[in-house]
Amino acid sequence: MTNVRLTINGRQVSVPAGSTILDAAAAQGIFIPTFCHDPGLPGVASCRICVVEVKGSKNLTPACMTAVREGMVVETESPAVVEARKTILELILANHPQDCLTCEKNGDCRLQDYAFLYGIKESGFKGERHNYPVEDDNPYIIRDMNKCILCGKCVRTCAQVEGRAVIDYAFRGFNTKVAPPMNTTLGESDCVYCGRCVAVCPVGALLYKPLAGKGRVWEIDREPVTCTFCESGCQFFLNRKNGRVIGVTAGTPGPGRPLCLKGRLGMELLHCDDPVTPQLKKGDQFEEVSWAEALGLAGVMEKIKKLEGK
Amino acid sequence: MTCKCGHDDAATKQEALQKALDKYRTVRGALIPLLQEAQEIYGYLPREVMQQISGALGVPFSKTFGVATFYAQFHLKPRGRNIIRICQGTACHVRGASRIFESVSENLGVGINGTTDDLRFTLETVACLGACGLAPAMMVNDDTHGRLSPDKAVETLKQYE
Amino acid sequence: MNNLMDKCCDKCVHSPRTPCRDYVVCRLEGPVCHQDEACKEKRIRFRSEVNPAPGQGRTVICVCAGGCTSSGSMKILDRLEKAVADKGLGGSVEVRRVGCHGFCEQGPIVTLEPDKIFYTQVTEADVDDILASIGDRPVERLLYTNPETGEKVVGYDQVPFYTRQKKLVLKNCGFINPERIDQYVAMGGYRALVKVLFNMTPQEVVDEVKVSGLRGRGGAGFPTGVKWQGALNAKNDKKYVICNADEGDPGAFMDRSVLEGDPHAVLEGMIICGYATGSDEGYIYVRAEYPMAIHRLKIAIAHAEQYGLLGDNILNSGFNFHLKIKAGAGAFVCGEGTALMTSIEGNRGMPRFKVGRSTEKGLWEKPTTLNNVETFANVPVIINEGGGWYASIGTEKSKGTKIFSLTGKVINTGLVEVPMGATLRQIIFDVGGGILGGKEFKAVQAGGPSGGCLPSEHLGLPIDYDSLGAVGAMMGSGGLVVMDETTCMVDVARYFLNFTQNESCGKCTPCREGTKRMLEILTRICEGQGVPGDIDTLDRLSRVIVKTSLCGLGQSAPNPVISTLMYFKDEYLAHINDKRCPAGVCTALLVYSINAEKCNGCGLCAKNCPANAITGEKKQPHVIDTKACIKCGNCIQKCKFGAVEKK
Repeated sequence: MTNVRLTINGRQVSVPAGSTILDAAAAQGIFIPTFCHDPGLPGVASCRICVVEVKGSKNLTPACMTAVREGMVVETESPAVVEARKTILELILANHPQDCLTCEKNGDCRLQDYAFLYGIKESGFKGERHNYPVEDDNPYIIRDMNKCILCGKCVRTCAQVEGRAVIDYAFRGFNTKVAPPMNTTLGESDCVYCGRCVAVCPVGALLYKPLAGKGRVWEIDREPVTCTFCESGCQFFLNRKNGRVIGVTAGTPGPGRPLCLKGRLGMELLHCDDPVTPQLKKGDQFEEVSWAEALGLAGVMEKIKKLEGK
Repeated sequence: MTCKCGHDDAATKQEALQKALDKYRTVRGALIPLLQEAQEIYGYLPREVMQQISGALGVPFSKTFGVATFYAQFHLKPRGRNIIRICQGTACHVRGASRIFESVSENLGVGINGTTDDLRFTLETVACLGACGLAPAMMVNDDTHGRLSPDKAVETLKQYE
Repeated sequence: MNNLMDKCCDKCVHSPRTPCRDYVVCRLEGPVCHQDEACKEKRIRFRSEVNPAPGQGRTVICVCAGGCTSSGSMKILDRLEKAVADKGLGGSVEVRRVGCHGFCEQGPIVTLEPDKIFYTQVTEADVDDILASIGDRPVERLLYTNPETGEKVVGYDQVPFYTRQKKLVLKNCGFINPERIDQYVAMGGYRALVKVLFNMTPQEVVDEVKVSGLRGRGGAGFPTGVKWQGALNAKNDKKYVICNADEGDPGAFMDRSVLEGDPHAVLEGMIICGYATGSDEGYIYVRAEYPMAIHRLKIAIAHAEQYGLLGDNILNSGFNFHLKIKAGAGAFVCGEGTALMTSIEGNRGMPRFKVGRSTEKGLWEKPTTLNNVETFANVPVIINEGGGWYASIGTEKSKGTKIFSLTGKVINTGLVEVPMGATLRQIIFDVGGGILGGKEFKAVQAGGPSGGCLPSEHLGLPIDYDSLGAVGAMMGSGGLVVMDETTCMVDVARYFLNFTQNESCGKCTPCREGTKRMLEILTRICEGQGVPGDIDTLDRLSRVIVKTSLCGLGQSAPNPVISTLMYFKDEYLAHINDKRCPAGVCTALLVYSINAEKCNGCGLCAKNCPANAITGEKKQPHVIDTKACIKCGNCIQKCKFGAVEKK
């Protein structure tokens, strides 16, 4: 493959043709912040936090989707870039609860990280904020759309699973919101709670309910584990606090990897020290069910008992 | 839209919808025209209709809902038989369009984009009707009414059943 | 043969299935395939009926069935048609439904051809007099008075509003019936199509457009020929042509007028583009708020297909081209190219980050040529008259003419077509007749929500793409809103920000969140709650939104603020520091008072004050209690002595 030479922050760089500025910078260890970018998802270049200055361009350009060109001269932290990033962070914060002290994602939040990086203590803009009710009418996912920064990763990851696409953008402009059809809650939707969306959310808008209040991010170790319930081999994380596994969370979804609820519950049963009783939706309501039923093994268990129980 | 000949209105609408679904089933980029036709038939986009459209086109329901809520033309709630559009253009604004709106709103008991319970009126605003010489103006269905006063605006509505 | 498009006799075999390459030429010069004086006569007769010569004893009464319908032109039309039928004048008088004459201020407009008689502000009651006047003296009271001389003028060719224009694109508007393809053909329509199909290669067509120097009329001004070259070069089994007719700027109606007045010109331009770029399918994306334009386009497409000018094997050339209409669903952002394409594909109209040009990867990832209505309508002119001829009009870098919709505080509001390089002064004062009510010119807003406000120092500016950009405005789609001393520039900035904020799609952060905060700050300033830091904040937000937004809507949304801050900063300062609105517009900042010297104590103001804020003895100067005053302005309107003042 041919290589392209360009200059990033005064450094000569040579990267494969077709790379993005973000790739090229990363190869040099130059950090560029991103919210909406995810290598496993189609690009949208919508959050604009990754904008950089390319010599000769009138406007700033998103590093995540702009392909490198021979001779390109890029600045990733020029005064214009820093002003833009600071302003974008302030704009997001102007419409985002500042309850980091009690937020589950404290310590694992990109918004928090970048605000720290660029020294944003508070937003200079005061005005209308969203005031959506926090949704926790299902046993698995807490959804707080006031914290959503509309990066759309959840929408894109949900759409990657054939026949799912439970959520999408709804409404327009300032009122844009990620929502299931008819703007209902996840609990009322066809969501199967695989947790892909939770895994990709860069802020505290989507959380695992079973883990809520169980520990701060820095108290928890995450150990990767591969699910063996089917041949997909999805990656999950065992969340360990004080030596005890307190929950299982979805890992990064790969292409064609469904990350199903059944798999995660199975992992919880196998690995958690104190697994929470699973719940399934019966009609409109969630009900506690046996592990055998939750894992779809009721018939199998019966048969095993019959054969081996004698 | 309402059929007065006595036979089932819902069935007539469903039949019309089915025709539209069959027409667009294999057409690329059919979601928006199909929503437009469905709204023509029903006057708005009921949940079940959007679900049928999603099913026929193989488009996720979440996307259909997203598209329907993106474009100003689509309405998810039943609209009134008569649509009132009060002009918000500059000329109308300086001649008291806000007072016209307030008095109509108060009289009907609905706010912006609201529909009266008897489905007689829906109250909307419009950026400009282009009737600046007749300011303040409003449109009821396809009729433009100009040189309004708050009382005259309310009076005008009486002719619409 | 009932009209020009029909067969003259059985010898003519042309139909969409059995196309004849000489069909169009035959209408204009024929018959071509056989010698028959009778057939020739028929054609001459039909052509002269469309475009009669003076002294032929035939009169065409052209009534605007476009914008003038809102002032009652349909009633005039009905009445005229009925009267002509009743009086048996059908043989010598044709009542024709035409598109916009442009001089909307004077509507409803009725013209009589071929004598060019120009009647203004016509009502139903005038119909009999108009008919009676044919062949006699024109109806004096309906004639236009030249404001410069105070004299009545008979013909539109003597009306300053028209004489100072140059109509290339609008030449048929207001003359032909847009629902009659034969009238378009009789005026030379589809000749350009014949020329390219049989005498030019696609590359030659692209070259001709390049030579013409035509630039995109949608606003950005990208060279059309260069765009077409890109699409022609693209290797693909499928290519598209799209006409952007999603005109959404408040106060802009040029595309609408062209579509409603001469739809075949746009079709012809698109078919030529299809031939030049190797495309066989096109879409016209029209905003849903233009039902009449959609109606006329549907008719135009049906007629073009019926006569074999659109469809498969056009005029036996082997070239196929099909056209579909897509009605928008109410989203201003869909005027942006990538949003328009994603909307046609059936999605939310959210712009996409472009990796490469649309001419390589556009609609459904296929090479796509997207041009605006006015751009396509220019193409037949360029092909017929030659790119070199076209390039002789205009300025060095902007060629041809541009249509503007001239509105606001100007005497002659309407549709204006002038050569590129005309100055703002020529458009506003010579064509537009100057400022209404003898007031002072303050600014002109050029380019709609993406444009900027220019002060009087720029009145001498020759308008083209580059000159407008250099002073902080833009060509945009061609809206010109004239403002006078009673217009508050902060309020204008707020008005446009309110518009763009409402129309933001919500995809990218700076536009979604940033325009919201800008609007909140501007609203605060207008309400007297501004603080000294606001101007710096507006500056910073503008800069960041322009530099980081994903699409053109966001990148240009702050322009009205940037330009008013550039030229009218003192007005912002007056609002923020002195809590004063110099133009007397921002209600919260106004103080009403009564000038004791002018007040004679008639009490009319007090009687009409809804808040009982005015008191005073009879025949003594009255006083306004500013705390009780609700600033409704009734007192100013009622006072006969001009004693009530607002500051």
